[in-house]
Amino acid sequence: MTAIRPFGHDQRRLEDPRMITGQAKYTDDFVLPGMVHLAVVRSPYAHANIVSVDTSAALEMPGVLGVWTGQDMVDAGFGGIPCAWVVPDAGTVTPNHPPIAIDKVRYVGDAVAIVVADDDYVAKDAAMVVEVDYDELPACTDGEKAHADGAPQLHDDAPNNQCFHWTVSGGDVEAAFNEADIVVGERIINQRLVPVAMEPRSALAQWSSGMGELTLWTTSQNPHIVRFLLSLDTGIPEHKIRVIAPDVGGGFGSKIPHYPEDSMTIFASQQLDRPVKWTETRSENFQATIHGRDHIQDVEMAAKSDGTITGLRAKVWANLGAYLSTASTGVPTILHGLMLSGAYTIPNIHEDVYGMFTNTTPVDAYRGAGRPEATFMVERLVDLVAKKLDMDPVAIREKNLIPPFTEGHEVATGLIYDTGNYQAALDKAKDMAGYDELRAQQAAARAEGRYIGIGVCTYSEICGLGPSEVAGAVGFGGGLWESAIVRFHPSGKVRLMVGINPHGQGEQTTFAQIVADQLGVPTEDVDVQYGDTAQTAMGWGTYGSRSTPVASGAMMGAIDKIKDKGRKIAAHLLEASTADIEFEDGKFYVRGSPESSMTIQDIALAANTAWNMPDGVEPGLEASAFFNPSNFVYPFGAHIAVVEVDPDTGEIDFQRYIAVDDCGPQINPMIVEGQIHGGIAQGVAQALWEGVQYSEDGQLLTSSLMDYAIPKAEYFPKFELGHTVTPTDVNPLGVKGIGETGTIGSTPAIYGAVLDALAPLGVEQVHMPLTPERVWRAIQEAKA
Amino acid sequence: MHKAKFDYHRPESVDAALALLQQGGKALAGGHSLIPVMKMRLAQPDALIDLGRIPDLSGITDEGDSLRIGATTTHTEVNQSDLVQASVPVLCQTAGMIGDPQVRNRGTIGGSIAHADPAADYPTVLVALGATVHIQGPNGSRDVGAADFFVDLFQTALGETELITAVTVPKLAGGAKASYQKHRHPASAYAVVGVCAVRSDSGQTVVIGGASATPTKVTGPMGTDEEVMSSVAAAITDPMGDTYASGEYRVHLAGVLARRAIAATA
Repeated sequence: MTAIRPFGHDQRRLEDPRMITGQAKYTDDFVLPGMVHLAVVRSPYAHANIVSVDTSAALEMPGVLGVWTGQDMVDAGFGGIPCAWVVPDAGTVTPNHPPIAIDKVRYVGDAVAIVVADDDYVAKDAAMVVEVDYDELPACTDGEKAHADGAPQLHDDAPNNQCFHWTVSGGDVEAAFNEADIVVGERIINQRLVPVAMEPRSALAQWSSGMGELTLWTTSQNPHIVRFLLSLDTGIPEHKIRVIAPDVGGGFGSKIPHYPEDSMTIFASQQLDRPVKWTETRSENFQATIHGRDHIQDVEMAAKSDGTITGLRAKVWANLGAYLSTASTGVPTILHGLMLSGAYTIPNIHEDVYGMFTNTTPVDAYRGAGRPEATFMVERLVDLVAKKLDMDPVAIREKNLIPPFTEGHEVATGLIYDTGNYQAALDKAKDMAGYDELRAQQAAARAEGRYIGIGVCTYSEICGLGPSEVAGAVGFGGGLWESAIVRFHPSGKVRLMVGINPHGQGEQTTFAQIVADQLGVPTEDVDVQYGDTAQTAMGWGTYGSRSTPVASGAMMGAIDKIKDKGRKIAAHLLEASTADIEFEDGKFYVRGSPESSMTIQDIALAANTAWNMPDGVEPGLEASAFFNPSNFVYPFGAHIAVVEVDPDTGEIDFQRYIAVDDCGPQINPMIVEGQIHGGIAQGVAQALWEGVQYSEDGQLLTSSLMDYAIPKAEYFPKFELGHTVTPTDVNPLGVKGIGETGTIGSTPAIYGAVLDALAPLGVEQVHMPLTPERVWRAIQEAKA
Repeated sequence: MHKAKFDYHRPESVDAALALLQQGGKALAGGHSLIPVMKMRLAQPDALIDLGRIPDLSGITDEGDSLRIGATTTHTEVNQSDLVQASVPVLCQTAGMIGDPQVRNRGTIGGSIAHADPAADYPTVLVALGATVHIQGPNGSRDVGAADFFVDLFQTALGETELITAVTVPKLAGGAKASYQKHRHPASAYAVVGVCAVRSDSGQTVVIGGASATPTKVTGPMGTDEEVMSSVAAAITDPMGDTYASGEYRVHLAGVLARRAIAATA
């Protein structure tokens, strides 16, 4: 035993050595005997009827084993790709999503045919000679314009391209606005983003015709969900499907969905009775892996002249893309609309969200998933109220923050936040930033004609998804509980099996720390197993910052059972009463005589050999437990950004970033910091650099890393991080999620800083991303 | 995407490379422009002739009033050269602003100018410095001034069967100063606009890159900030725009960066 307990201390990531030495095994690294390669023929048009597909030239190429179209998959019994989150009470329609388009393509990148060859290069060459005759149709890429009469129609069963109209209401919004002293508002474009995980997607299907069994290696955040969904659209029963997500190189939500390519490789493997692999190119990643965000938001906030916020109302056009991806309808509704109270007391809230089909890549969860679109809206409105009332951004927040609470706080949208102390986080951030001094520096700089801006964000976010009853009530097609199995080997080493699926978050390490801390074994003695549905515990996967808050509950349940069983065995072997056995630091001992003790490894050996077990106690030292959380968890924090804008060019000099985040007790502070760093980088990137552009006819203009700017380390100042610790009562360890807070808090903070810098120039609004040209134009327009 | 099929040669002398080039194919240096273009199938050469193992093509030598930089000298080598730092520091500075460390470790000066991307950094600076491009072909060698070398978008004076062997850059002598000011594209790291100003006994030279098909020399009066802005705007007759920056903004940016470059050489 080390003197320092594993919980709460930095521990280098156990997964890192294999990652940084090239020894990690990603899906594309798997090579099976007889394996062949699949390439996808994709539509170059955003909207077109497929007149004909001529596969003859491709079939004639040496090495080509088969070319198939959408109808071939239908004929083989494959169904459409299911949508797993159909939001209720919103008139939601779920048009068919064939894995390969039939008759009509609906976005650039929509699959039209697949080619399989014995070599990846041959498959891609052959895909280029599949001749498709298209009859091009008018396209629509804008979520609002798609609703207009006469707009190009994507699906027959979705009039006006509307997928759903969802509303949330709390309090009396009409009265709040009628009685308001001031009303502020604007149109916000929360632009479309590309997740750009470092590892592209890949799928490797191995159909065993003799056994009637499928094994699918795939880049997934949630292999059990993929397995469940595959059982719906492939016709293969779930117990005959094994889904393996090996090392996964980032997801940010983009590896939640069950994608068409999963089904394509399975179909081809069945056709050829050989393993079939597909790995996307970066170009395909931009076109055919989900995008995020893409809201047009018309928003208003009502307030009293003393700064008290009284109401918020919004109408949102949420662009869902051409087809419904796995979680797509839940993101702009449940994960967005229910969070419109933010960190504030806003008694009256109403929002209408229109989910819209357009001729664009499907949109689904991207880091933050709905909460960034809510938080940016709320924070922007709060800043507008402050500006209108000539209040400091901190002062307006202090006036409206929800006071500290420990036993649940209900907001107008109906959510009950678990625990929070928002003012404490803001105080700490102000202190770290030297806020008053910063404002003085800003005033001095302005006097010299320099434009420094300070942005503030106080956020609360919903994560740790979540109570399964709520999942069912809001149309999610699965549970949101987790399970865990803790198994002691005879030598005292431990295997932990979980149903979550880390893909960069470091739970191989943090979960080992929890087990080590609780059971008093060395961290390196704990092996954390995930990713293979045939070898892990059942669970719903890694997304929504849920892995630690939910799975740790299951782990603690299993750990308690191990301790209880260990006590019984120890009592038997130490010839004491079970009630007199204490467990501490990995040792069972008789209360009052600590010299009479056994280590948990001793007990593990005794249990596994079972030479001398107490009556009625089964052999082995293993336990499983399930945990269905009673509520979501709500991490929170305060972020402050400092920038200087060059008025001549519109360039933004990013000077300081202060983030205080509260995720309750931290298991591994280094990993927590890493999550916050990455989150801030992606959130700032939305504000400053990233943004998908489509042409009018639906061509993806920002289609590569040469023109779509993902953040780079050199673009950032050193982040100044702090934290407060407010445990949740939702799980035994009191822990909240931390994977998305950085993304949620940083976009409004940096945006607010830039707009604050521009305020003396008369600039009222600039749409994101705040490219130098946009900033410069805004300055020119304000001058005019 | 992936490349179409091609043959690959790795000659060890300029003559051998030229002999191969007569049979078709394209010269390969660092590959940071050519390979992506091949992956997008915008170029499908039958053969690549890798110049990486030809010792004569690499290295920096002092030739008295000028520096001779071999065509396959990498950006990192230029950036870290004491010789370049001592005599043409602006070239060190420019090389260090190209792409990212991986690009700078592979990319070469010859490859950069042969590709003639309008957003590349070297062309602008070489034109401003009055550099000379040395070319060897089946009929012997010839020299072309940098200003004449860049003909149009991705087009140069280099023939299909010719190789760039080196670039000669005059040293900044007698208190001459030069500055390169660049607005980096946040994704590609190319110059959205790059401006090189050189001040010497013979006067002030300002060259704009990124805004037009080729590096553009500014000719009008540049005595005041206003004059710089208007002379730059007048020089860029057909500004280019893309998803990141419009032509109009590029012209404005060029003016501002020209002012800064001129100020840095004062």
